[in-house]
Amino acid sequence: MEDCLAKKMEITVSEAEKRTGRNAMNIQETYTAYLIETRAVESQSEGQCAPVDSLWRRYSEFELLRNYLSVTYPHIVVPPLPEKRADFVWHKLSADNMDPDFVERRRIGLENFLLRVASHPVLCQDKIFYAFLTQEGGWKEMVNETGFQLKADSRLKALNATFRVKNPDKRFTELKHYSDELQSVISHLLRVRARVADRLYGVYKVHGNYGRVFSEWSAIEKEMGDGLQSAGHHMDVYAASIDDILEEEEHYADQLKEYLFYAEALRAVCRKHELMQYDLEMAAQDLTSKKQQCEELATGTVRTFSLKGMTSKLFGQETPEQREAKIKVLEEQIQEGEEQLKSKNLEGRDFVKSAWADIERFKEQKNHDLKEALISYAVMQISMCKKGIQVWTNAKDCFSKM
Amino acid sequence: DTSLAEVNSFSPSVPISPSSMINQYKFEDGPELRDLFITVDDPESHITAIETFITYRVVTKTTRGEFDSSEYEVRRRYQDFLWLKSKLEEAHPTLIIPPLPEKFIMKGMVERFSDEFIETRRKALHKFLNRIADHPTLTFNEDFKIFLTAQAWELSSHKKQGPGLLSRMGQTVRAVASSVRRAVKNRPEMFTEMNNYMETFSQKINVLDKIAHRIYKEERDYFSEMKEYGPIHTLWSASEEDIADSLKGIASCIDRCCKATEKRMAGLSEHLLPVLHEYVLYSEILMGVLKRRDQIQGELDSKVDALANKKTEKDLFSEEIGKLEDKVERANNALKADWDRWKQNMQWDMRSSFTNVAENNLRYYEEVKLFLTKMLIFHYFSEEVHGFS
Repeated sequence: MEDCLAKKMEITVSEAEKRTGRNAMNIQETYTAYLIETRAVESQSEGQCAPVDSLWRRYSEFELLRNYLSVTYPHIVVPPLPEKRADFVWHKLSADNMDPDFVERRRIGLENFLLRVASHPVLCQDKIFYAFLTQEGGWKEMVNETGFQLKADSRLKALNATFRVKNPDKRFTELKHYSDELQSVISHLLRVRARVADRLYGVYKVHGNYGRVFSEWSAIEKEMGDGLQSAGHHMDVYAASIDDILEEEEHYADQLKEYLFYAEALRAVCRKHELMQYDLEMAAQDLTSKKQQCEELATGTVRTFSLKGMTSKLFGQETPEQREAKIKVLEEQIQEGEEQLKSKNLEGRDFVKSAWADIERFKEQKNHDLKEALISYAVMQISMCKKGIQVWTNAKDCFSKM
Repeated sequence: DTSLAEVNSFSPSVPISPSSMINQYKFEDGPELRDLFITVDDPESHITAIETFITYRVVTKTTRGEFDSSEYEVRRRYQDFLWLKSKLEEAHPTLIIPPLPEKFIMKGMVERFSDEFIETRRKALHKFLNRIADHPTLTFNEDFKIFLTAQAWELSSHKKQGPGLLSRMGQTVRAVASSVRRAVKNRPEMFTEMNNYMETFSQKINVLDKIAHRIYKEERDYFSEMKEYGPIHTLWSASEEDIADSLKGIASCIDRCCKATEKRMAGLSEHLLPVLHEYVLYSEILMGVLKRRDQIQGELDSKVDALANKKTEKDLFSEEIGKLEDKVERANNALKADWDRWKQNMQWDMRSSFTNVAENNLRYYEEVKLFLTKMLIFHYFSEEVHGFS
């Protein structure tokens, strides 16, 4: 097992900066650029601090990198990018791409993406990926030179096309079904979570109103005044505490979102397999029909109805020379077809083998990550309860002194 | 069976009421010194050709000598309570008569005869009678006694007797208004302070009432979203193997949180909301009492002014003035004493209601925290305990 890039190199997306520039259509636009810093790990063990290399990339370049990887490694479940636009927002969060909180969470998401790729046994060895991290200028041209765009267009078409496979691989069918379910359930969960966050925000914030009224009321009370005033302060603390709580929860939501998008990547691998299978079946079908044609011409019997057969019956048969020529062409095609079918079969088996290996790796990673995320969510909730207990203990103390 | 109970069966220690009702108000003189116990329960619907109305059962247990029996059970409708309140106001214009629940809530949420509305009203009526029973003066009021003890027909015939409220109005509305203005100028400092206090208190208590209702609404909305949130995790667990248990664990925690939220909401609606609402009504009552005191003083002041202009008939007026002066003094003293008593009760009620709110919240967070902790330990760390990697 080769060491993946992540072990040899420290990668961080350390900063985000607003930029303005002219785009491809020469229109002024504002965008965010992210600073990628890399540092070799080895030299650190010698007690020296290795120099940090850095370069700036914008989101569209990350997208380009990911497209390239998806097309070049169709059997790999390629890590997803953080969302392009803020989705599943609850009212306090802004859906604005320029909002600093959104930019910050995206920065973290992009770093996470790079780390995922760098720790993938296959993807980390890719030269384009390495250049993305280390070569500022000329990277885009380098990517385009690989010619992946051509493959990308046909892939996009294929992913969206509908076709029926006669002998689907059961494992892939099940996996595709699972990825659909995963997508559906996580997006439902995220939607409701956002609504719950909204409601919880409301509960906490309304308590803040107590603070002001208690303070005003305490002004006309002699004995109750102190208790009211200090209780009001605690209500303010309670109301303010929800901001940090929900911000932390947002990170949990991001963790789930990553797997929502991973489900798409998983689905893409299944679709690719379906496509290859369909391609194989079409090729086999084509070969069979050519063989049949050849046989019919050779023996002169027409077993199946064909327009050629009809026209030759109506307008007279071909000459023996014509027939010979046709048979020869067909035999060449059949030869080609058989070789192609063989290589397609091999390709298919290789694909299944390597795809399934990556899928197993992905499953383990997913189970580990989601379990951790769920634990951290429970821990967050416990911490929220502890804060609540503290505030209300203080408040109770004040109320009992009223 | 509404017949009078046996003398022997009475025990003064505990009235027949759910224990929660006992905690709703304090025993001013301590439970050992109380001699009148009242409960309001068992709402019943009555349908006649003309109208539909609700009656409530009022049970009274007492050791007082002036009561012929030690136990009474009667049925009363809201109208009867209104009658009692107006009689008490008539008899004691500067005493603080406790508030009655409103006639008809048009908030749109609660319709006239919904179970929720009837229950809220029943609790408020129960409170109303008990507050009167606790009041050192009002508890001995004759109409109060009749209210508690008379059968339905006896009560209606008693209601018809005696001068109506309207006939008691001596001065014209304009005369009252101008005499009140004069009274305000001569008003003792203490009552001006009370007025100022009540203006602010009234404002604040109204806002608090709104805030508390708003909190209840937000909690209810939170609860309804949470109810949907838990089951999604269970649904997800059906497509998973490895993480199915973890997901189910979270689902169970969310469900527990839901139940705990329900309890918290119930606490609000059972304790804080009725108390705040009662004091909203109290603030109106108190403003009214202060006005009446001003009116009584106004009567005196205008007579005094009238006398000042008529130097001749001093003797004729002096007896009248003397009576009015007594009336003013009685009214002021009654109000002062009742005000102090009211303030003490208010302080106690607020302290206990808000402490209760804090306790409910503490219970909520403790319960959820405990459940989460148990779930974490059980689901996630049991693997380590059983030696799985």
